[in-house]
Amino acid sequence: MQTEEGKSLVIDRLDKQFSVASDVVQALSEVSLVARPGEFISIVGASGCGKSTLLRIVAGLETATAGEVRLGERPIRNPGLERGMVFQEARLLPWMTVWDNIAFGCRAETPNAERRELVEQHLELVGLKGFEKAYPHQLSGGMQQRVSIARALMNRPEVLLLDEPFGALDAMTRITMQQEVLRIWETERTTMILVTHDIDEAIYLGDRVVVMSSRPGTIRRVVPVPLPRPRDRSAYEFVQIRKEIYAEFFEDVQRPFAYAI
Amino acid sequence: MAEIELEYLGTTAAAAPPKPLGPKRARRLGFSYLLPLVIPLVLLVLWELLSRRGLVRPTILPAPSAIGATARELVASGELIHHLLVSLWRVTKGVTLGAGFGLVAGLVVGLNPWAERAVSLITGVLRPIPIIAWVPVLILWMGIDEGSKITVIAIGSFWPVLLNVVHGIRNTDRKILEVAKVFQKSRATLLFKVVLPAALPSIFTGMRIGIGIAWMSVVGAELIAASAGVGYLIMYARELSQADVMLVGVVSIGVTGLAIDFLIRRLERRLLRWNANLQ
Ligand SMILES: Nc1ncnc2c1ncn2[C@@H]1O[C@H](COP(=O)(O)OP(=O)(O)OP(=O)(O)O)[C@@H](O)[C@H]1O
Ligand SMILES: [Mg+2]
Repeated sequence: MQTEEGKSLVIDRLDKQFSVASDVVQALSEVSLVARPGEFISIVGASGCGKSTLLRIVAGLETATAGEVRLGERPIRNPGLERGMVFQEARLLPWMTVWDNIAFGCRAETPNAERRELVEQHLELVGLKGFEKAYPHQLSGGMQQRVSIARALMNRPEVLLLDEPFGALDAMTRITMQQEVLRIWETERTTMILVTHDIDEAIYLGDRVVVMSSRPGTIRRVVPVPLPRPRDRSAYEFVQIRKEIYAEFFEDVQRPFAYAI
Repeated sequence: MAEIELEYLGTTAAAAPPKPLGPKRARRLGFSYLLPLVIPLVLLVLWELLSRRGLVRPTILPAPSAIGATARELVASGELIHHLLVSLWRVTKGVTLGAGFGLVAGLVVGLNPWAERAVSLITGVLRPIPIIAWVPVLILWMGIDEGSKITVIAIGSFWPVLLNVVHGIRNTDRKILEVAKVFQKSRATLLFKVVLPAALPSIFTGMRIGIGIAWMSVVGAELIAASAGVGYLIMYARELSQADVMLVGVVSIGVTGLAIDFLIRRLERRLLRWNANLQ
């Protein structure tokens, strides 16, 4: 499926098992999904249903027990610069200033002048101008996460994997960052895979919303969001889709064993 | 909002002016500096009183005032400083050697798990040997001049540096190693920008312990064979039964050790400004 614009990301019947003590935890089971080049996919699901595990396999940080992930024709086995990742935690390098942490996302071959300009640009993008000399321990959680987002955006990957990137942000910053991510997505045509707990955010951003269920982690439903952007969170269609996704979660809750937890 | 956020920067932000020393803060600061002095002062006064009453024999334990007078004399004549400098110079040479080898060996062992296994038996046997046990052996091998003393110091500072470097490298946060992987950093970047900075606090700990041990071992080596140095000063004073000179020597070892540790901590705090645990 190699087109001129880019490559599809094919997630092909992934299984992932972890052994915890003497038990085997089935984190993912038969997960299949195809992200078209430049598509924005949101993933929602209960805590522990394997969302991070899925992203980690796509990033090449974890190997699947069965199945594979391909970018275009090429199977993914290791990390690569064509795939960027924003981790669930900020994961900044504590000995580097904000500036150096953002620059860490740069490719090694980028000339210095261009690197400076890129860092400058991304500092502004995440609203951290004036903090370039601060160390991570001097920032709030949300500020750290913004640095981490800036770092991931630096080398403009083909596929950007975002693991709850806005979790630590306040509502206002969150909306600004959502709009920024959309803007970047629209100009760069990056394929985005965004994990979130926020159903509104999933609908606002995604072309499709993937709903996962847990134990084992599987894809329960894929809900398309055929709304033009910019989307209005209070529009009738938006609310309908939200209801549909909420219903998926509700079903879960009404199952008797869910009460037992 | 910008102002609230600047608060996080604390004292390192240029924008935040240093807090004026209010009376309350000044009192608290003064108190925290004075507190460690209270117990030693009480003990000294007690000691002095006992000596004046003739309850302590001055040939065994001279009064603090007598020791102080001797100390002033030894400082004024330059004798004490001379011996201290001789010892310090030995420590400098020995630590450079021992910590240098320790750092290199620590890097090799820390970065290559097979290297650790390969040397595990040797290190396991050599490490528990007290430094003082090496002194006679080294005198046999190298004679009683500088070489043997510096080697003793080198051995003493080698182990803590080695062990802490390995520990620091092994304990590099896996989550941050993953970040380096995702960004496909070269081996050199990984080593110099990730692994070494992560290991730096541990390396500093190793250096501090290593220098501390070096300072103790130099005195040990000088007690056995030397013609200068604090250890020699103490030994020689014993032969002349000068208890006051001996005690001046002993106390000066402690004071110098404290000063060295203070300086290393200062350096550490400067170099590890990013480390929230040190602030
Ligand atoms: N390294 C590991 N070793 C053992 N089990 C693991 C490991 N990583 C994840 N798991 C298990 O796999 C399951 C899925 O974990 P994962 O982190 O993917 O969940 P998640 O959907 O990202 O949850 P959250 O929304 O809370 O971040 C969990 O049951 C977890 O215990
Ligand atoms: Mg997760």
